[in-house]
Amino acid sequence: MSKFKKKKKGMPAVNTASLPDIVFMLLFFFMVTTTMRETSLQIEAPRLPSATEIKKLEHKSLVSTIYVGKAKDQKYGTAYNRIQLNDKIATPEDVPSFILRAREEVSEGEIPFMTTSIKADKESSVGTITDIRIKLRDVNALKLSYSTQTGADN
Amino acid sequence: MARRETPEINAGSMADIAFLLLIFFLVTTTMNVDSGISKKLSEKPPPDYKPPIIKEKNIFEVNINRNNELLVEDNRMELSELKEAAIKFIDNGGGDGKPGEDGTPGAPCDYCEGERSPSSSDHPNKAIISVQSDRGTDYGTYIEVQNELLKAYTVLRNRLCQQRYGIAYSELEKRYKDSRGSEKDDLKKKVEDIKTSFPQIISDAEPTS
Repeated sequence: MSKFKKKKKGMPAVNTASLPDIVFMLLFFFMVTTTMRETSLQIEAPRLPSATEIKKLEHKSLVSTIYVGKAKDQKYGTAYNRIQLNDKIATPEDVPSFILRAREEVSEGEIPFMTTSIKADKESSVGTITDIRIKLRDVNALKLSYSTQTGADN
Repeated sequence: MARRETPEINAGSMADIAFLLLIFFLVTTTMNVDSGISKKLSEKPPPDYKPPIIKEKNIFEVNINRNNELLVEDNRMELSELKEAAIKFIDNGGGDGKPGEDGTPGAPCDYCEGERSPSSSDHPNKAIISVQSDRGTDYGTYIEVQNELLKAYTVLRNRLCQQRYGIAYSELEKRYKDSRGSEKDDLKKKVEDIKTSFPQIISDAEPTS
């Protein structure tokens, strides 16, 4: 009788039903750890100089970043000396108000630990950096970090 | 006629969709921590501030011109030689150090291994490195110079730390960061000791235009 025909025995297929679960788990991990860049760059991404004697910046909430490099918009010229604060191209004169605004967001006690990170392009000129530095000193933002890549140790 | 069952939804492509999302987030994730050369700016001097008189021999002058060439102590120099020259200057130990805050007179440097030449720096805590650059100097070169000078300090600190505590300074600092409790206080003392023995004194002169 055909009803009792012996079933063919073959290798059972590996159950892949839980594969999506595993992948989703990974997905959620990366979704949570992803930090999208908060500021959109108005300048071309600076090619950071490389150095070996570097320190990691801790406490991201206490770091305010100043970008220096070539503006994407042609009307600002092609020199690598444009300064970007928040979302706008700015001048050194705007640096103090930028720092003061950043200070409002943190508690009083943390102000001395605030660090300014300068992300400048290799071809920026020292003059621009100095202008920023003088302005930073005026508002007593004394902790400074020149952002670099990790270079080869030689 | 056999009863038709509703077919199950094929979940085979679910994994593909999830993978696609996964790869998207993998690519957009930036886990890089911001790191760089840290610097402490000096406070703004009061208007009537008179800079202290510093002996010429205690200043190591590094000039970078607008063509990114180096002039060190009035001699042209390549970037690769800068570290050695800076080490020689800092480690010279030709005289007495700074007097202590409690009025104790400065002692000669007993851990320096330099030439003790009277025409170079007196003591590591008196040795000042002054970097003067042009407004037109490339930022990249400026950072390279700073990096070389910091390397010089690292070499000296590592050496001293190896002698005193049998461990490299970079290792000691790492250990200090990871430690806690009484061990931390102990390590802090060591770190401070090395730091004050070879303080990093790099000053930025106003750039020439």
